[in-house]
Amino acid sequence: MKYQQELKDSIRKALPDLDVVIAWSGGFDPLHATPHFIRREEDIDKLEIGPFSVHNLATYLPGLRGKKVGIVVKGCDSRSVIELLQENLINRDDVTIFGFPCTGVVDQSKIRKALGHTGKVDFCQITSQTVVVGAGGEEHKLRLSKVLADKCFTCQYPNALISDHFVGEKINPSAQSEAGYDDLEAFENMPLAERFAFWQKEMDRCIRCYACRNACPMCVCRDHCLAESRDPHWLSQEDNVRDKWMFQLIHAYHLAGRCTECGECQRACPMDIPLLLLKKKMNKEIKELFQYEAGVDPEATPPLLSFKMEEENIKEREW
Amino acid sequence: MPVLKDKELRIVGFLCNWCSYGGADTAGVGRFNQPTDLRIIRVPCSGRIDPLFIMKTLLNGADGVLVSGCHPRDCHYAEGNFYARRRLEVLHRFLPILGIEPGRFEYTWVSASEGQRWQQVVTRFTEQIHKLGPAPKIAGPAASATLRQMEAAL
Repeated sequence: MKYQQELKDSIRKALPDLDVVIAWSGGFDPLHATPHFIRREEDIDKLEIGPFSVHNLATYLPGLRGKKVGIVVKGCDSRSVIELLQENLINRDDVTIFGFPCTGVVDQSKIRKALGHTGKVDFCQITSQTVVVGAGGEEHKLRLSKVLADKCFTCQYPNALISDHFVGEKINPSAQSEAGYDDLEAFENMPLAERFAFWQKEMDRCIRCYACRNACPMCVCRDHCLAESRDPHWLSQEDNVRDKWMFQLIHAYHLAGRCTECGECQRACPMDIPLLLLKKKMNKEIKELFQYEAGVDPEATPPLLSFKMEEENIKEREW
Repeated sequence: MPVLKDKELRIVGFLCNWCSYGGADTAGVGRFNQPTDLRIIRVPCSGRIDPLFIMKTLLNGADGVLVSGCHPRDCHYAEGNFYARRRLEVLHRFLPILGIEPGRFEYTWVSASEGQRWQQVVTRFTEQIHKLGPAPKIAGPAASATLRQMEAAL
């Protein structure tokens, strides 16, 4: 990533006033990055940004409330930061935001599928067109466009929407806005019974690890999550489709009008359940009803926290 | 229920205490004939209804859910039903993605004096649910165990 040095310099300048700066560094193998907490000057050198910077680091912000925190954000992550600001879950004065123009991140499960079971990954080289992965003594050449995350093809906000320090030059979004809902539309055209069966099949695979919840930057209840509450007892501890499905609906509904579609739930899911579909549907309806998009304007009120006496798009039903 | 077995479907109604519950009471006092499929749950205000109540009711095997509150601008707590309207409308539009017929859930407004209207609402909603038939059940032992429990309770 060509702006990496510039970003490091920028963090170096700001670090003395901050408790911690959250960024990414190399992970356990060359195909993965990991969140990186910079507390001392020497930590800065480990910072790496690029197509493997998949994590939405805004997830850590509410937990670090009260500390002076710096955070490096992609365009999509910046929307989560804005949404957190909108809801007063973090304090603008305590957060220093470092932005950079993001050219897309990979989808690990696509790479996994393309490579098959490889075991140890020896090296990985990424250019603007290709990813070359060396694993199991073989060299796999993948087109970058084949392994980019779906959200990147429809990205409207490649540059951080809010930032104190922006390195590099802002780039133009690569996609039109409507394209993002193509998969949803295809799904909605399936017959009702098939959709019902689809979710039962998908939810049957769920292992109730709650990685989707833990990765979600908007799931801020943490220890008070409904999923673990015994009073009221929303979900049983049984392993059945109904409870697992209900949990996803709780998640989707608690994100109504708040979800910024960063896709962390789906990325974190070890079973590759298409969870984003539910959130996309919710966002599509919110947009249609209230002309509202989450995480764009720090001053806006989320639509389900407000009302109008006369709603333009809600028709009263005649009985 | 044994007499009406297979003729009746299970419909759950969430009614606000101040208007619709009163309206249902008025209908009862006026001795208006109504279908008997509806089971009423009284809540303080339509704004008290978490859309997840409705989700959970539907997933647990209800064939239909009806929500009714005070008419907009008539809320006992001034603005509860305005919030409810937004939440319920979003839910109504969200249901199809799950493969649940959106017609299985409706929300409406009935005031305490509208006994006649309540009768109409219940009759039409019950007809609508009967047209859709019993809701598809989620497979698995837990759902059937719950059904047995519910049957035993009624």
